[in-house]
Amino acid sequence: MINLTIDGKKITVLDSTSVLDAARQNDISIPTLCHHPKLTPFGGCRLCIVEVKGIPRPVTSCTTPVSEGMEVTTTSPYLEDLRKTVLELILSDHPNDCMVCEKAGDCTLQELAYFYGINPPIPPLEKGGRGGIFAGERRVYTKRDGNPFIERAMEKCILCGRCVKVCDEVMGVGAIDFTYRGFKSKICPPYERDLDCVFCGQCVAVCPTGALTGKMWTLKGRQKEIKEVDTICPYCGVGCSITLHVRRNEVIRVSSKDDTINEGWLCVKGRFGYNFINHRDRLTRPLIRIAPKNTKEAQKIRSSEDKTISNSQPLNFSTSHVFREASWDEALDYIAEKLKTIKEKHGPDAIAGLSSARCTNEENYIFQKFMRASIGTNNIDHCARF
Amino acid sequence: MLEVSPEIEKKINDILNKYIEGEGNVISLLQDAQETFGYIPENVVDWFSKKLDIPESRFFGIATFYAQFHLKPRGKNIITACCGTACHVKGSEKLISTASRELNLKGDEDTTEDGEITFEKVACLGTCSMAPVVIINKKMHGKMTTEKLAREIKSITKAKK
Amino acid sequence: MGPGGIASSGADVISTFESELKKVKVDALIEEGCSLHKVGCFGLCSKDVLVDLEINGNKTTYQYVKPNMVQRIVQEHIINNKPILEWTTDEDYQNFYKKQVKVVLSDCGKVDYDSIDSYISISGYRATEKVLKTMSPEEVIEDIKKSGLRGRGGAGFPTGIKWEACRKVESQQKYIICNADEGDPGAFMDRAVIEGNPHAVIEGMIIGAYAIGADKGYVYIRAEYPLAVERLTLAINQARKKGFLGKNISDTGFSFDIKIKLGAGAFVCGEETALIVSIEGQRGMPRAKPPFPVYKGLWGKPTIINNVETLANIPYIIRNGAQWYSSYGTEKSKGTKVFALTGKIKNTGLIEVPMGITLREIIYDIGGGIEGGKAFKAVQTGGPSGGCIPVDMLDLNVDYESLAKAGSIVGSGGMIVLDEDDCMVNVAKYFLQFTQSESCGKCVPCRIGTKRLLEILDRITKGLGKVDDIEILEKLSSDVKATSLCGLGQTAPNPVISTLKYFRDEYETHIKDKKCPAKVCKDLLTYFIMEATCTGCVACMRACPAGAITGEKKKPHVINQEICIKCGACFDVCKFKAVEKE
Repeated sequence: MINLTIDGKKITVLDSTSVLDAARQNDISIPTLCHHPKLTPFGGCRLCIVEVKGIPRPVTSCTTPVSEGMEVTTTSPYLEDLRKTVLELILSDHPNDCMVCEKAGDCTLQELAYFYGINPPIPPLEKGGRGGIFAGERRVYTKRDGNPFIERAMEKCILCGRCVKVCDEVMGVGAIDFTYRGFKSKICPPYERDLDCVFCGQCVAVCPTGALTGKMWTLKGRQKEIKEVDTICPYCGVGCSITLHVRRNEVIRVSSKDDTINEGWLCVKGRFGYNFINHRDRLTRPLIRIAPKNTKEAQKIRSSEDKTISNSQPLNFSTSHVFREASWDEALDYIAEKLKTIKEKHGPDAIAGLSSARCTNEENYIFQKFMRASIGTNNIDHCARF
Repeated sequence: MLEVSPEIEKKINDILNKYIEGEGNVISLLQDAQETFGYIPENVVDWFSKKLDIPESRFFGIATFYAQFHLKPRGKNIITACCGTACHVKGSEKLISTASRELNLKGDEDTTEDGEITFEKVACLGTCSMAPVVIINKKMHGKMTTEKLAREIKSITKAKK
Repeated sequence: MGPGGIASSGADVISTFESELKKVKVDALIEEGCSLHKVGCFGLCSKDVLVDLEINGNKTTYQYVKPNMVQRIVQEHIINNKPILEWTTDEDYQNFYKKQVKVVLSDCGKVDYDSIDSYISISGYRATEKVLKTMSPEEVIEDIKKSGLRGRGGAGFPTGIKWEACRKVESQQKYIICNADEGDPGAFMDRAVIEGNPHAVIEGMIIGAYAIGADKGYVYIRAEYPLAVERLTLAINQARKKGFLGKNISDTGFSFDIKIKLGAGAFVCGEETALIVSIEGQRGMPRAKPPFPVYKGLWGKPTIINNVETLANIPYIIRNGAQWYSSYGTEKSKGTKVFALTGKIKNTGLIEVPMGITLREIIYDIGGGIEGGKAFKAVQTGGPSGGCIPVDMLDLNVDYESLAKAGSIVGSGGMIVLDEDDCMVNVAKYFLQFTQSESCGKCVPCRIGTKRLLEILDRITKGLGKVDDIEILEKLSSDVKATSLCGLGQTAPNPVISTLKYFRDEYETHIKDKKCPAKVCKDLLTYFIMEATCTGCVACMRACPAGAITGEKKKPHVINQEICIKCGACFDVCKFKAVEKE
């Protein structure tokens, strides 16, 4: 254990804790942009600078490990002034279009600009320039990606590197990296091609500005009138915790909280695959197939289908003549009866069960128990096995 | 995967083997590739990336970071102007504008349209006593003047015609 | 034979000597002890090619030697023993050496860089043998500490203390890296040392490795120095063959080997953490310190990074003793330092002087004063991280502390002399352009801050400066210094700060009067032709790339100000000084 003082407060933390973590564990707040608790420290945004007694210049608290007897000051007029300069520099190279930005209200940069009272932008002065004392050239990126999931507005990027690190350290993909250098630095896929990756959207989740957002979120609503609903991802047995962002009874975005079993990480399906919820083809009630009694009847059903269903439209089961809607009770009774009949007539091994990866572990367990104990067969399998 | 001709594949295979044997790194790999091709072709990076299981983005990040690497083919003739401090105070800026003018280069361009001449600036070459210095096709010219440089450029363009 | 010599056709001079000597059949003489040596840079590059002739102990030095002069030298001097006095070096040459004390450069220009035997013949590798066979690592560190040697790469950290810290870290694997990524524009001593005496650097690395307990070393060297790479590679191979590198060196049980890594053109890789990640094969983006490389360096192992000049000092200190070395210099800055003296000065080249010498002695006694009788204005030391020192501080002592006090640094040892024709705002802009283009882009103050500084300087030199620009420059400079991640950003504003301190009036003239006092900033200039002096020779008309000059032959010409692009071609070409700028 290491003993140190932060802002006059005596605290004790574990060895090799960073000064930033030590402060945060003790409710001392230090502003950051590039730091992410689950990624390696970067030290690029320079906002978390603190003064340490004995070190002549301010150091970044995210990269500095604690040491015995350290005396840290996290706030002083001098430090706050430096932080303000850094923020002003970032905003001098930022579109400042918060009015129409997807991220407004949920943007770390916006919050910090607000707390530090950075002068509001005034209309462009010179070509590409803007107001503020450090007005000057801005990066301009007009290229838009063709990918269906992730919107990259690179002129809003502050090069904190969180997306690069999450892609490398958490996902092991490395689809993007820092490229070029100096003022021309940008984060992009190789040879500045369109993003072509697994589209997990982890980069979107960690982006502290509006540089990375979901394409399908666009103009669906920001933070106002949003109801957050915690639930479990329906896609696979891992059972990630997700949070649905609901606006006017419509899911417009999916995120995941840091303190969940999946530590806030999601895959492309969990994060972007929520369109089915309000899809018109989604089954909302059980359907029972209407089996034709003979060939003549089958032909009749088919020809009536041809009339009602044109090829351009997807098949709508509920209105189709092949299925009819039923209540849960009716459907379950029907299944039970049929299973019983088959078992009596052909024996239990005439029945096989195939379960789904989208069921939970518990559901899969119950299903195999049902097949083995109730039906009495070992014909049980799972789609994920193939 | 981008296509790589068998001829190129043989060359890059040699580079790869050298890399594996000599515990090299991505930088030395790219240096060898540039030495072989004169620039870093996209399909070669793609090939290395697949063989080594190193994301292509790492290669691209490195290739764009270091000034030595070129992503586009360079001209047949290469003129390099030193931009060191001594050269600067002795008029390298004038040499640079002369060369850009003579070669008709606009904005960020560094190679003439016909791909004959590439004009580059380089950080100090360490030959400050002969400032300003210009390297024309690997030959160092000290105490360069705008007239001399214009003459040299003309002699290259004439030789082509 | 440094690049200066090579570019001034040094190779041709050598081959002509060879063929001439053959022609007159002095083979016999060669056996009697007359032989032709190629040696590294002598130092006084402005007089290249320099040739030393030594006959029976009498040394004569010829300057500005060209291949067509060789025949006469051979005929008259070598055969008839009559030196050609009009070609020998003049007083300048003698003065150039008078106040210098050569340690690192002592054997550059004496030893044949291609031959390890030549180096061994002048006590080379004796320090290695002494260290490995008779001294403990602690004794070596004690010696270096006593010598007072400080890092010659710029920061000036005491070498012995750095070694001691690394020695004390317990680790199976340690590394020593020689930083030969000499990126400061205007500094070329590291290149000259490697090209002229590569074995001294290798020896320094062996001794350093022994002291800290490393068995692997790297030399990170700029790819822009092909000659140095070639000579160093050869030297390493020779040392390996002679058993000074490799397993069980000189039967002492100590093993050490060196690998060369080529830099790929990034100034920031001279910063030690960036250099480390570059050797690891990544983008050269520095990381925050602590932890320092001494504890966590290359591949996470304890690593020592020393500059070329620092390492080249080591064998001499071991051989001659710490006391000998510390007898030079001042109380806190011991020994000698190599400077690259360039710019508007008569004798340009490499000099090695004891620490504490005054700037005046360097510029006037060694450098021979300002070129072309112009007035001295300032000397820029320490490259893009340094500052400019004005004329009234010429008696400043050159050592770490005094230069830092004056707002500059010793740095890697570049010294660029500026005269009345240099605009200080332009000089500051030049350095900012350099640091801005070399910024890695990782941290905000350096990436955006230096860009903004450059933009402000740019608009000042274009006559678009605003009154409060000076204030913004000062504020931004100090904030960028305070908040940047690595040495590059922390020192990038220095040229601005020091020029603002000593040449504030120049900034004000640019902003308020829209004039450049030194007549450098082209947007603030007008070129015109003096009717009285113009002879109508049409030279300027022909030179003008914009076709802005009109006039008839033998009648005064006129510049059309609307077409003029202010390139200065007419000014340069006019033999009658009829073109003026204002």
